Amino acid sequence: MSLEALLIVSAILFAIGLYGTLARSNVIAVLMSLEIMFNAVNLTLVALAKFVAPQGLQDNLANALTGQVFAVFVITVAAAEIALGLGIVLAMYRNTESVDLSQATQLRN
Amino acid sequence: MPSEAVVWSILFLPVAAFLITSLIIRPFLNRYSLLSGLLLILCLAVAFGLSLWALWAVNDADAAHRGASLEFPVHTWLDLGSAQIQMGLLLDPLTAIMLVVVTGVSLMIQIYSLGYMRHDPSFSRYFAYMALFTAAMLGLVLSVNILQLYAFWELVGLASYLLIGFWHDRPAAAAAAKKAFIVTRIGDVGFLLAIIFLFFKADEFAAAGLNALHIPDIWAAAQPALDGGSGILAGVALTWVTLGIFAGAAGKSGQFPLHTWLPDAMEGPTPVSALIHAATMVAAGVFLVGRFFPVFQQTAQTMTVVALIGGFTAFMAATMGLVMNDIKRVMAYSTISQLGYMMAALGLGAYGAALFHLFTHAFFKALLFLCAGSVNHASGTFNMRYMGGLRRQMPWTYLLMLIGGLSLVGIVPLAGFWSKDEILLSVWMERDNPAAQATFVLLIVGVLLTAFYTFRMIFMTFHGQFRGGGEQELKDAEEAQLPLPSGVSGQVHLAESPLVMLAPMAFLGFFAVVAGYLANPQWSALPLIQVPKHWITEYLGEGLTFAQPSIPSFSFGMALVSTVVALVGIGLAARLYSRKQGEAIDLVEPLERARPLHLLLTNKYYLDYLYEDLIVRRWFYQGLVAITDWVDRTLVDGFVDLLGGTFRTSGRLVTALQTGQVQFYGTFLIFGALVILVAFLIFGRGIRS
Repeated sequence: MSLEALLIVSAILFAIGLYGTLARSNVIAVLMSLEIMFNAVNLTLVALAKFVAPQGLQDNLANALTGQVFAVFVITVAAAEIALGLGIVLAMYRNTESVDLSQATQLRN
Repeated sequence: MPSEAVVWSILFLPVAAFLITSLIIRPFLNRYSLLSGLLLILCLAVAFGLSLWALWAVNDADAAHRGASLEFPVHTWLDLGSAQIQMGLLLDPLTAIMLVVVTGVSLMIQIYSLGYMRHDPSFSRYFAYMALFTAAMLGLVLSVNILQLYAFWELVGLASYLLIGFWHDRPAAAAAAKKAFIVTRIGDVGFLLAIIFLFFKADEFAAAGLNALHIPDIWAAAQPALDGGSGILAGVALTWVTLGIFAGAAGKSGQFPLHTWLPDAMEGPTPVSALIHAATMVAAGVFLVGRFFPVFQQTAQTMTVVALIGGFTAFMAATMGLVMNDIKRVMAYSTISQLGYMMAALGLGAYGAALFHLFTHAFFKALLFLCAGSVNHASGTFNMRYMGGLRRQMPWTYLLMLIGGLSLVGIVPLAGFWSKDEILLSVWMERDNPAAQATFVLLIVGVLLTAFYTFRMIFMTFHGQFRGGGEQELKDAEEAQLPLPSGVSGQVHLAESPLVMLAPMAFLGFFAVVAGYLANPQWSALPLIQVPKHWITEYLGEGLTFAQPSIPSFSFGMALVSTVVALVGIGLAARLYSRKQGEAIDLVEPLERARPLHLLLTNKYYLDYLYEDLIVRRWFYQGLVAITDWVDRTLVDGFVDLLGGTFRTSGRLVTALQTGQVQFYGTFLIFGALVILVAFLIFGRGIRS
């Protein structure tokens, strides 16, 4: 597998996620799309760590592993963020009995 | 010799009365509003005493300098390089006499006001305004700087406005106040232009070591230089400056064509009319021309204009006085006419005679107005058609009115005779001048008319049968479905006025009798009071630094002519208006038989229509104002609307973008980021490398 292929897959995943985030009206679907975008970014990090970072960094293993470590961090932070997001969704559902984002326009006023 | 502080205190005593009344008495002690009147009377009494002292000091301080003005230091207010604006005192014979007239007449009128205004709820406001007026008038006569003079000049105008509109809930009074303010302001524009012209001449004045706004320096600048060349002010410029000053004077003194405000000003309280619109403020115009007399004398054109306007005003105002039914309006026209006499005299070089007439006129005209107030107090109206027969109930008022009237007409030996005769004589002495010939004819006819309207007034008011007063007038107006006449109280209580009103009238009456001869004895010093021959005219003449006007000596011929003319006028009035006590009520106006003329006169030569309907409404509102209105509405408003509309429309468009949906915002965010990214890829080569 080449770097290009990985980056293309990552870009496709990111685009799908972005579309879902912007276009879906169901909050759960939006959160799922956000996850897809996270994962697209993770894939990029890992791919670049594998193909780009090691050259010239052979002497230091810690430096060579930066991308992978970063991906793990992102996964952790994403889990926390999803927990927070679901909390907001629940609060929203309690207040409006709906999870439809097209109805959530309180920011306008 | 009075120190500078003493002279200033003449001005600041009424200022203090004004401040105390308006800042302390009126807000906090209004229950004791009588205090305000007493305070002002006290201040004016002291100021009157100081003024007499000043007069005496200017007269006798030093036999060698008799009549010379007292020198006081000037205080620089603004220093503008070559032009220095200073303030200071000018105490020359003219000022000294004006000080005595203003404080003396004002004092008497304030005492009278205690009685006349007693039941007015705005008693202390009245005295505050009166104090302001007196202070401004004193400042006006004391000013050494033309700009300082102008400030006080406007201040008297303001006080006049406030006092004419004193009863501001009456529409007629409010309108009259506005009219007085605006019409005099038209003349003041000329005065201001003259001052501005002088200000721009400051460099030339400074080169000669003079100050362009300092009044004695202006006198000096107008004199031809010693080597025969022209002075700093000469030729056409001098003519225009003096015409500008005269325009201001004409507005203030009610000279044709700016006289229309003065009869309307009678809407104010009667003591106000007596003080401001008879004795002092309207005489300020004459004073102003007198103040700049050495300047006026250097330009024959302006002098001719002054003489002719004065003569014409004296005649025209008298004709209108013939037909008025309002007692105060008769006297208002009489005042305009008498001011015309003074102007005419000034225009023909008779400086002393004009100011002598100002002096005597202040006393007898104030007296006549106070009598009118007294009559109004009893009859509840100013309309003479509803008076009549009052001499039984008001013998003292009748006597005093007779004295004032005879003095106005000019009957020996009352004050008005001496001064009016002096004017006629001075004009006669100039008879080589065609303008003087025309003026003389107008003035002599004026004497006839004066005698006629004065005695028409006295006969209509005091003789014949009482015709019901204010009550009857209100009843008639109601029956005829007419609007109720303004200023009619409708309370008739036929009785003599209280002493507080009669005493000042008697004082003025005394001066209306003796002031003429005492101030200007024609033959020799009197045995008891050592007044030198021709005292006032010589005294005034000595005050003129640059000119020595000739003083006419008494002529029996002229006295005979003017007396005969006056007696003819009185006889005509008696023939037409005199009714025996108890004779049937007669409201037919004998002059109405000359119908077109009567109509012309009662409509005041249609000048009010000309000014208000034609000039103001037609030309000004529909012409000039229509154009500026179009510019304002179409161009100015259009531009502002366009500007506002642009932002409003664009704002409305942008508001539509604010949906409140995060996803919508996110879309824009992403597209924005994409645009930046693409731009970076295309244009960012230099940065990337």
